[in-house]
Amino acid sequence: MTIGQAAGLKLGKAVRDAFGTALKELGNEFPTVVTVDGDVGNSTRTEVFAKAFPERGFNVGIAESNMVGVAAGLAAAGKIPVVSSFAAFLTCNAYDQIRMCVAYPHLNVKMVGSHAGISIGEDGASQMAIEDIALMSALPGVAVVVPADAPSTKHLVKGMLEHHGPVYLRCGRIDVPEIYGPDSVLTIGKANQLRDGKNLTIIANGLMVGIALDAAVALEAKGISARVLDLHTVSPIDQEAIVKAVKETGRLVVAEEHLPHGGVGSAVASVTAQLAPCPIEFVNIGNTYAESGDPEGLLKKYGLTAEAIVAAAEKVCSR
Amino acid sequence: MNLWRHGVHWLREDLLLNKFSRRLPSKEYRVAIFKPLSLDEMKAKTKVLRRHIVRMTTEAGSGHPSSSMSAVEMVTALFFGGFMQHDPAQPRWNNRDRFILSKGHAVPVLYAALAECGYFPVEELMTLRKLGSRLEGHPNMKRLDCIEASTGSLGQGLSVGVGHALACHMDGLSAHTYVMLGDGEMGEGQVWEALASAEKYKLANLTAIVDQNGYQQTGATKDVLKLTEFQPKIESFGWHVQTINGNDIEQVIAALTIARSIKDRPTAIVSKTQKGFGILPVLAPTGDLNYHGKPLSKELAEKALALLAD
Repeated sequence: MTIGQAAGLKLGKAVRDAFGTALKELGNEFPTVVTVDGDVGNSTRTEVFAKAFPERGFNVGIAESNMVGVAAGLAAAGKIPVVSSFAAFLTCNAYDQIRMCVAYPHLNVKMVGSHAGISIGEDGASQMAIEDIALMSALPGVAVVVPADAPSTKHLVKGMLEHHGPVYLRCGRIDVPEIYGPDSVLTIGKANQLRDGKNLTIIANGLMVGIALDAAVALEAKGISARVLDLHTVSPIDQEAIVKAVKETGRLVVAEEHLPHGGVGSAVASVTAQLAPCPIEFVNIGNTYAESGDPEGLLKKYGLTAEAIVAAAEKVCSR
Repeated sequence: MNLWRHGVHWLREDLLLNKFSRRLPSKEYRVAIFKPLSLDEMKAKTKVLRRHIVRMTTEAGSGHPSSSMSAVEMVTALFFGGFMQHDPAQPRWNNRDRFILSKGHAVPVLYAALAECGYFPVEELMTLRKLGSRLEGHPNMKRLDCIEASTGSLGQGLSVGVGHALACHMDGLSAHTYVMLGDGEMGEGQVWEALASAEKYKLANLTAIVDQNGYQQTGATKDVLKLTEFQPKIESFGWHVQTINGNDIEQVIAALTIARSIKDRPTAIVSKTQKGFGILPVLAPTGDLNYHGKPLSKELAEKALALLAD
C-alpha cells in the first residue's frame, strides 16, 4: 500500500483493529458497555472486547435486524450497546430497525460498521458499504463518524462512548498510514486541520485523508498550496471549520470513499451553498458499484487516488 | 409521593419484611404497586378499557379499535391482575416489569390501561392522535416515559424485549418483560430471529404473547400468509408455549401464572382472540368482521358504549 508515502507517513493498523483494541481498553472505564454481534465479531474486532469481557459480549447470529433491536432494548435498560457488523449489512439490512428502534427514540446505541468502502478488495461489491454515510446521515440525531487512522480511532471510540445518543462509526478493513500522534485531540463534531494552505482546502475523511495529504505534497510541487481538513464527523457537521476554510482558501475539493450523493461531498456542499458559496470539486467512486480486486487496484480504477485529487484541485483552481 | 393516590395499597408479603425497601437501591427491591383486582373487578375493568378505546378512537376519527379490543383481557390481566410490578411515580424504575406492544397500532388498549393505572389523566385519552398530544397514533417512548418501546413498524418489539430481558438478567433484576405481537406480524422474519436469540440466552424473564385475532389489514391471516399453528413452531425454537382463549380472562390469568413459573426458558402464550371482541354485535351488522384501522362512527360508538355499560 502506497497511501501516505508521499506525505512521509508510516503504515499503521486498520481502523477496525484500532476500534477493537480501544473498546477492550475502555471496557473497565465504561462498565455498562456491551457488544452485540451478528456473528462477524472476528471481522469487526468486537471479539477483542468480548474475549476480555465474556459476560458482556453477545452474538445473536446472522440476524442483523434482531441484533439492532436487541441493542435498542439493552440501551433502553441502561446499557451502552455497541452493535457491529459489516457496514453494508448493518446499515442496509437493519435500516428500518436503526430508524425505528434507535434513531426515532434517540437511544444510546453505538453502531459500528466495518469493511466500509471499496478498499475491502477481493470480496467484491456485495460486501462494500458505499452508501452507508448517506443512509446514516439521513437519520435525525445520529452522529456519523469516519476515523482516518488507528490513533484517531482510539480517541473517537472514547468520544463515541461518552456521546449521549446514537452514533455510527465507520471502519475500514485494510491497514492505513498513521496520521495522528498518540496525543492528538479529536472531538466528535470538530474537524481537524492537518495541513495549512492558501489556494484551496481538501476536505476528506477515512482512508481518503492519507491520500489527500499525498495530494497536497504533489500540489505543492506544482505551486498550489492546499489545506487539508479531516472531517471525521459528517453529522453533526462542523460548519465553522468549513466556512473558515472557504473564507481563507476560497475553493474546496471533497474526497470520500463513497457514492457521490448523500455523503461528505453533499453535506459540505449543503453548508457552503447556504453559508459560503464557492467552487467545489468532488472525488468519490462515482455513481456505480465497484467489483472484486486488490484494494490498491480498486482505488485506482474507481478514482480514489492522489492523482485524482490533484486533478480536481487544479480544476477547482481554474474555475 | 402519595402512594394511596395511585391506588397503592398492597405490598408483596416478602417485602413487608423490610418496610423501607422502597428506598434501598437493592436488587431485591421489588414492590407490587397495584393490588390485584378480583376476577369480577377485572371483568369490570375490561369494560372500562373497551369504553376508553371506543371513545378515544371515535373522537380521534381514526385508529385501530378492533385490533385493540382483541387484546383487552390480556392487557387487563397483566396490568391489573398482579402480574406487572410498576410505579406511575417512577416509570423508568429499573426493576419494573415491562410491557412492549409490538403490534403498535393497538396502542389505544395500552393508553387505556396506562391512564387507568394513573400514568396520565383519563381525560388525556381524548387527545389521541391530535397535534401536540403525547398519545400518538403509534407508541412513542420519547413522548411518554411509561411507553417501553417506540413501535409501529411491525416485527421489531420482540427483539427489543430480548434486549430488556438480557439487561435485567445481567443486572440480577427480577423484572419480567412481556411483548405482545399480532398474528399478522408473525410474517416478519425478525420475529423468528428474536425467538431464536431468546432461547440461546435462556431468557426465562421474557414472555411473548401472540394476540392471534385471525385478521390483518387485507383479510384473514390464514389467507394472507399461513403461519399457523404457532404453538409447534414456537416450541420448536425451544420456548415453553401455551395456547389459550385470550378473551377468557380466567384462561389468561392461568396462562400468565404458568408462564411466570417457568424458570429455564422463555415462554410464549398464543392468545387466540376475536378482533373486535366485546363489540362484535355492533360490528357484525356492518358486514365487516375485520373492521381494520377505522374508528366507529358516532352512532356505532353509542351502540358500543351501551353494550359495554356496567
